[in-house]
Amino acid sequence: MHEFSLMASVLQVAEQSARQANAQRITRITLKIGALTEVLPDAMQFAHQALTPGTLAEGSDLVLNQIEARSRCLSCGLEYTPDRYRRYCPDCAALACELLAGRELEIESIEVENGD
Amino acid sequence: MEIEINTPILELNARHAESNRQLLAKEQVYMLDIMASPGAGKTSCILSVIDRLRSQLRLAVIEGDVASDVDAQRIKQAGLTAVQINTGGACHLEAMMIARALDALSLSEIDFLIVENVGNLVCPTEFDLGEHARVVILSVPEGHDKPQKYPGIFASADAIVVNKIDTLPLFDFDMAVFKETVKAMNPTAPVFTVSARTGEGMDDWCEWLANQVADVVG
Repeated sequence: MHEFSLMASVLQVAEQSARQANAQRITRITLKIGALTEVLPDAMQFAHQALTPGTLAEGSDLVLNQIEARSRCLSCGLEYTPDRYRRYCPDCAALACELLAGRELEIESIEVENGD
Repeated sequence: MEIEINTPILELNARHAESNRQLLAKEQVYMLDIMASPGAGKTSCILSVIDRLRSQLRLAVIEGDVASDVDAQRIKQAGLTAVQINTGGACHLEAMMIARALDALSLSEIDFLIVENVGNLVCPTEFDLGEHARVVILSVPEGHDKPQKYPGIFASADAIVVNKIDTLPLFDFDMAVFKETVKAMNPTAPVFTVSARTGEGMDDWCEWLANQVADVVG
């Protein structure tokens, strides 16, 4: 249910950016969502539907770009895709690994109408 | 027209978390975030930790709940300062709520501040509070397969505590499988097995906590 908090923040930033560009309407919001975050796409869409009426983003599309997780083994240097249940290096089984991607929760861009 | 934004969704929360972190560093207070399901025994574990560490450290507690001050009352009955945050329906604590609670506390009189997050294994994961460490508590009756269902929170923890081990004979909780699962998703976090009720295993966990606090408080 924290998707509502996330979407409220998204709308705050999106509306601010749209106003700065003197836009009348936001037609699309694009987010980056890492594979290792606790964000449910359906819940984000639902929060978007529930929170956008009455805002500049009313009737906009919400696009969720899923970002694949990437890790680098600090022992052998291998780059690999960790899954949620196995974070360690699949090659040498070293435990110390650096997460390069997969925790993203970002507002990538918005598409607006009638902007400068 | 397309406008590039490329900002973290939780930027505002991140800013509040950072200012909490700076305040805690300045006041030399170690803050621990405790996360678990409802009923895992968060408050009982906190009371047990207080019991063991209060002679050497000055403790206080921030209680996060959807409603009521039942938990804060339990802490106050033990003679400690407790600030209750009622989220009013929200399923997790956010950094701004912690900022307000920090305002209400005399930080110069605290070494070790324990935050009891809202009972939930999903939502608190994404919200940085400015804490020094996170502990996830799982209780035996919940089952050893919980990390498979809620991997995010177990992967984000600095230590994992299994509570209610006095009930192990009553449940089919496979400790070996649990530890193996947790190790695969979070290789560096220590696992402590405790019973807040009988006190078993609490000394090991408290020793780890006291060392963590000493690193910050000096």
